Amino acid sequence: MSTPPSTPRKRPEPVQLVKSRRDAALRALVTGVPYIQFLGIRFDRRGDELTAELPFDEKLIGNPLLPALHGGVTAAFLEVTAIIELSWTLLWEDMESGRIDPATLDPLHLPRLPKTIDFTVDYLRSGLPRDAYARARVNRSGRRYASVHVEAWQDNRARLLAQGTGHFLMPPAGPISARDD
Amino acid sequence: MDRHEEAKLRVARQFIEAIPHSRALGMQLDALTNGVAEISMPYDLRLVGDPRTGVIHGGAVSALMDTCCGAAVMSHPEAPAGTATIDLRIDYMRAATPGQRIRARAACYHVTRSVAFVRATAFDDDADHPVASATGAFTIERARKDTPA
Repeated sequence: MSTPPSTPRKRPEPVQLVKSRRDAALRALVTGVPYIQFLGIRFDRRGDELTAELPFDEKLIGNPLLPALHGGVTAAFLEVTAIIELSWTLLWEDMESGRIDPATLDPLHLPRLPKTIDFTVDYLRSGLPRDAYARARVNRSGRRYASVHVEAWQDNRARLLAQGTGHFLMPPAGPISARDD
Repeated sequence: MDRHEEAKLRVARQFIEAIPHSRALGMQLDALTNGVAEISMPYDLRLVGDPRTGVIHGGAVSALMDTCCGAAVMSHPEAPAGTATIDLRIDYMRAATPGQRIRARAACYHVTRSVAFVRATAFDDDADHPVASATGAFTIERARKDTPA
């Protein structure tokens, strides 16, 4: 089984080339953000689908008596997952259409990240001291605003730890450069 | 404030200061009175969300807000034991200025038998323009006889 080619009429690219390009783009997006590294969040990719993983660590504890994950960690995990998913969908189109070459991407030369306008977290269960996972879905992605929903779970996909919805201000469209504002 | 309330605040303070994640973020409890908490966090390069601007990630601000709201609930006279977040909404008004401390102030403005309602605001050095605001609902965990302190 291989990843379907982005332009079916052309001769398909070798699968390893496609994979390494997509993995390089994802790596550039994730490893450049210090806070994602601080929390230890990783992203697993299947085609264009991302699953965020938050390996358990003592520093993520919020209630040492239970012990339970810190509510702020859960919120941050959901928000990171939502932003990366939204950025990834934007990057994916540019990458697959050939508008950008992921080989030129590094933390300082990435498409601008969306900015969070608001984020609401619905805490459904106490976070256990073990790994957590999350997936986000972009429900609406307009020119200026986006709405993203995200779900997090631990042992059991059907028993959600928390869910969240965030609204984001989209980065201005344009060529990629190390602009500052 | 009577001795019982003072003791309760002392326990709340000890609990909040012992939270591993809050310690990892360098949070400092600046004030804790009946239903109002102030917690601040230093600027830290490890918490940056955008490497080009050096702005702190919204998630770290959320962690500060959640801690501060929870502390406000714990310090409320009608909230005997612990608390957990039911929901929390954060509005991000502007990017926190890189290099500056972020200070959150949360007030638990209403408590029922089971739920505490909280509002919070976060500032950097510019006290006139908030960085973020939050509203949340928290559980009121009644102390149980079978639960060890």
